[in-house]
Amino acid sequence: MGKEHVDMNTPVIEMRNIVKKFGDFTANDGIYLTVHKGEIHAILGENGAGKSTLMNQLYGLIRPTSGDILVRGQKIEMNNPRDAIAAGIGMVHQHFMLIQPFTVTENIVLGTEPVNGIKLDMVKARQNVLDISEKYGLSIDPDARIEDISVGMQQRVEILKALYRGAEILILDEPTSSLTPQEILELIQIMHKLTEDGKSIILITHKLKEIKESADFCTIIRLGKYISTVDVDTVTESDLANMMVGRNVTFKVDKPEMEPGEVVLEVKDLHAKDYRDVEILKGLNLKVRRNEIVGIAGIDGNGQTELVEIITGLKKGTEGEVLVNGVSVYNKTPHFGFEHGVSSIPADRQKHGLVLAHSVEDNLILQNYKKDPYAKKSILQRGPIFSHAQEAIAKFDIRPGGSEKRAAGTLSGGNQQKVIIAREVYNDKDLLIAVNPTRGLDVGAIEYVHGYLVEQRNKGKAILLVSFELDEIMSLSDVIDVIFDGRIVSRVPGKEADEKTLGLMMAGGGKA
Amino acid sequence: MTDVINSLGILLFATLAYGTPLIYAALGSCFSEISGVVNIGIEGMMTAGAFTGTVTAYFTGNPWIGFLCGGLAGMLFGALHALATVRLGADQTIAGTAINMLGPGLVIMIARVLFNSTDTIPLTPEQRMPRLLTGVFDTTTTFGRFMDNVFSTYASTYLVFVAVIIVWFVFYKTRFGLRMRACGEHPAACETLGINVLRTRFLCVCMSGFLAGLGGACVTMAISNQFRPISIVGQGFIAIAAVIFGKFRPHGALIGCLLFGFCSGLKTVLGGSSGIDTQLISMIPYVVTVLVLILFVGKSRVPSASGKPFIKAR
Amino acid sequence: MKKKRSVLEIISSVRFIHILLAIILGFMVGAIFLAVMGVSVGDAYGKLLDSVTTVKGLSYVIVYATPYILTGLSVAFSFKTGVFNIGAEGQFVVGSMAAAVTGILLKDLPKPVLIPLCFIAAMLAGALWGIIVATLKTKWGINEVLAMIMFNWIAFYLSNYIAGLPGIKNTGTAEATQTISENARTLLSKDFINKMGLAPTANWGILVAIAAMILVWFIIEKTTLGYELKTVGSNRFAAEYGGIGVNRSILTALAISGALAGLGGALQVMGMGSRISIFSAQEGFGFGGIVVALIGCSNPFGALAAGLFYGALTYGGSKLNLVGAPTQLISVIVGTVVFFIAISVIFERLGGGLRARRNAAARADKEKREAAKEPPAEAVKPPEGDGAAGPASENEGKEGEAK
Repeated sequence: MGKEHVDMNTPVIEMRNIVKKFGDFTANDGIYLTVHKGEIHAILGENGAGKSTLMNQLYGLIRPTSGDILVRGQKIEMNNPRDAIAAGIGMVHQHFMLIQPFTVTENIVLGTEPVNGIKLDMVKARQNVLDISEKYGLSIDPDARIEDISVGMQQRVEILKALYRGAEILILDEPTSSLTPQEILELIQIMHKLTEDGKSIILITHKLKEIKESADFCTIIRLGKYISTVDVDTVTESDLANMMVGRNVTFKVDKPEMEPGEVVLEVKDLHAKDYRDVEILKGLNLKVRRNEIVGIAGIDGNGQTELVEIITGLKKGTEGEVLVNGVSVYNKTPHFGFEHGVSSIPADRQKHGLVLAHSVEDNLILQNYKKDPYAKKSILQRGPIFSHAQEAIAKFDIRPGGSEKRAAGTLSGGNQQKVIIAREVYNDKDLLIAVNPTRGLDVGAIEYVHGYLVEQRNKGKAILLVSFELDEIMSLSDVIDVIFDGRIVSRVPGKEADEKTLGLMMAGGGKA
Repeated sequence: MTDVINSLGILLFATLAYGTPLIYAALGSCFSEISGVVNIGIEGMMTAGAFTGTVTAYFTGNPWIGFLCGGLAGMLFGALHALATVRLGADQTIAGTAINMLGPGLVIMIARVLFNSTDTIPLTPEQRMPRLLTGVFDTTTTFGRFMDNVFSTYASTYLVFVAVIIVWFVFYKTRFGLRMRACGEHPAACETLGINVLRTRFLCVCMSGFLAGLGGACVTMAISNQFRPISIVGQGFIAIAAVIFGKFRPHGALIGCLLFGFCSGLKTVLGGSSGIDTQLISMIPYVVTVLVLILFVGKSRVPSASGKPFIKAR
Repeated sequence: MKKKRSVLEIISSVRFIHILLAIILGFMVGAIFLAVMGVSVGDAYGKLLDSVTTVKGLSYVIVYATPYILTGLSVAFSFKTGVFNIGAEGQFVVGSMAAAVTGILLKDLPKPVLIPLCFIAAMLAGALWGIIVATLKTKWGINEVLAMIMFNWIAFYLSNYIAGLPGIKNTGTAEATQTISENARTLLSKDFINKMGLAPTANWGILVAIAAMILVWFIIEKTTLGYELKTVGSNRFAAEYGGIGVNRSILTALAISGALAGLGGALQVMGMGSRISIFSAQEGFGFGGIVVALIGCSNPFGALAAGLFYGALTYGGSKLNLVGAPTQLISVIVGTVVFFIAISVIFERLGGGLRARRNAAARADKEKREAAKEPPAEAVKPPEGDGAAGPASENEGKEGEAK
């Protein structure tokens, strides 16, 4: 499509030799980017490679230390997002920039509100929103509150927000990270439709498949440095991967065949309500056995969170039973569950997994702080606590070394995750629940986490894996349970799973 | 029957008299809180307003200039709080505590210099906040007396209801209101839309000081006629409580303040006659607030970004 | 030995330097006001210094400081456990009233029995006040700051009410309680006071304050209870996940915090006070405690030092009239100190070198950096910052090879 820019149009966006330093850390080190009208241009790089930093400069959120930004051939000083918006640039952030208690209309017009005298003209605002949603075929409910609509809808609102401001160039930062396969397809269609209308799209991602499916060109950056810009049709996924990581990567997880042992976790007819008092689990049944990884595939909001919270004792169900090694842990405390064999790698490591203000050594004893040898007669024993941490840091390669007394919050995301994994592995429980265990980690750390999960399975643990990354579920699970609307709607052996059928089942279209 | 109506009239008068300064201060607190800045310095800002209002009224002889200057003095401390919390990213609780020490300390020190006493010289009736509708009602009839009690009240009380409507309008019907509420919920999102979060918050905190200052001025220019170190004793905190009570909405805070004023009014009405110890009666407003919270209000939703300094990357 | 190290650590820490700077700036601002008022700065500050550097003055400082150290400890403890105990005022008031009532009603008990009884009564009363607020929060979700403000006033009027009850009220004309029993007083012996030339109200309450300080430090740093409370304070979700009862912890934290403030009340009435007046305004021991905790970095040892500093200013301030300077100068100085502590980040920006600037950048762009710092298993990228220069260059070498 937009690929034949033989007419030698000036590029809509040109970034030349961009350098961005934070203190003495160089986040962008001489990056070039050229985007033409009507083109989908992917920017590929690992987490932390500097993609978002680059885009934040294009959008005026931060200023480059040196380098030039040209829009339609004109050099532009981007001092704040207002300048970017004026230059026709719109950005959809990975973490949506939406005001939860506001309505869709309020969110879209915020910052460029129509007024009638001194009064906000919400009638006009609503009409404008309806007009633009119709124009681009992105239907939304203008009166719904953001907190009440799905993630896919929220993303539409974000795109509309940019279009409303007359964006000609759209930056999409990791737009698919929380979408279902179907929603991803829809998004790709929307993207193509927009480029047909003459918009240009910059797609930030680390997902190779999406680039192959949607982008025309791809610029690869690694460790803040410019690597290359390629025509997507001329390269393979593994070429892209190698350029991104700078070495050969294998996506295969080495996993020996194993016969599952006895049942460790059994969930029977589980019912529960969510925080809004709406029934979210509607009779869920589930079994996880020794030497087995059971993956839960599903769209966020179908009851995964509640299921995990009930098994770990953080939430109470309304009906049903949860057995671990035959003992009921249903509607007990987290501590009871822990004592009877439940351990977990929580979804949000900073919120649930770690106390960021505490030292690494204190985080490593979170569930065991009362137990010998870490405490005797309610007095903490610093010696054993410290040597335990030393051992864990060495064994799990938590960096930087010697960080026993450092606050967990000062570690990088991957190392924070290692602290949690170390803790849960040392806990040595029969059941390990891992929720989005690799979210926000880069390739190296992901390989590491996957390796540990498989190793634990091989050692005879039962593992329940809940993830929104379908690839992760498919490559790790022995069995995949698809969750939809509060029930497990189908069970597929890991080897036989394919993305299309899973996606269909996740959307409620599959056969039980 | 006459007695009851009389008492009721006095009760309503007292409700409004006690409630008025609280409402001003609570409106101020709403401004600050809803834009995402916790302001426990309201008390100090009220004290500054109370003193400055009385002193300027005394020297100029004009209560309105005094009232306005009271607001401006509060605004000055508001600006100080904004400087610390919005511009310099200070801890909002600590900065507020500092304001609460600085405000009273400074004005009492100035009082000592000006009047050689911690109290100001009492205002003459012309220098005080005027009462409206005085003499309009026939006070010889029971009904007339009731009307006189309720409506023949200070101009600042009439004004505060206008202020509530204006603040409500600004919050929910104007561009600025939408933006400042957005700043209290998700400052980073506002920044991506080109809204200047720091400026918006700065303005809101200044505004919060201004209204608190007006509230302080009401105390010393309407209810009483001079500033004393104990003129402002906890009203600022009560106003904050009313805002939490009213779930950070100006109309909610209004109800909280009136409820509190009503209970304080009960104290006046019951005080002399009932035979109950005055100290126990004085407790009523606080106990009732707690009870109402338990029975009717419960949790209030704090603006998401409240209390968190917003630091821009550059 | 361990304790010594921690004191050294405090002194060498950046935070400590910030606080010193804030104090110096506070006095500078005070000097400006003095100059504007035409009072000699030398006279005023000289008087301040003189009044607290004699033996007698020093004993006064300690007497003044004792209750503030306790309320300071109370607030500092609450900060550590994630609650802002703005209710120390009320807890102090009920504590001091409980001690006074015990000291009046049981006046015939011997000293070794009566004194501990007064302490216990005060601590129980303070703890009760804390527990009420904690219950309102955990059971009905009522904002604790709001509840504490209400209970400060309820305590205030309750104390006034009790002070006026027959059997408690002074039989003379004073609007106050009777004087508490000699057997409930913590005063040092008259002979000793005279011999040493101490303040007439010199008492051994400071020893109790020091004991409380050590106990607080021990609970926070050394016990599983401290671990629980700190965990709940920093991250209640993780605490819940780790099997710590969040509601119970909040209850415990506020009970301990309240008991400390209540004990402060007891020390005040059993030491300097001797009786409790019917007040028209809150005395501000609780609010003073907030200031003490802030200046003391929410650290128990810091609270002791800051309490003495605050006591010295309060006592010295009362002498300022003698040189024509208003007592309120002290509020201005302390307010300024607290203000500068609040904005102490600015010191970093002004005086800090590379490291400080890096910290600011880190805060501003934490997320990006965080991801960038991640050194994966096979060292694909250099770990950034935090003095990891060595391994970083090593990794870069590897990275080059890989390419």
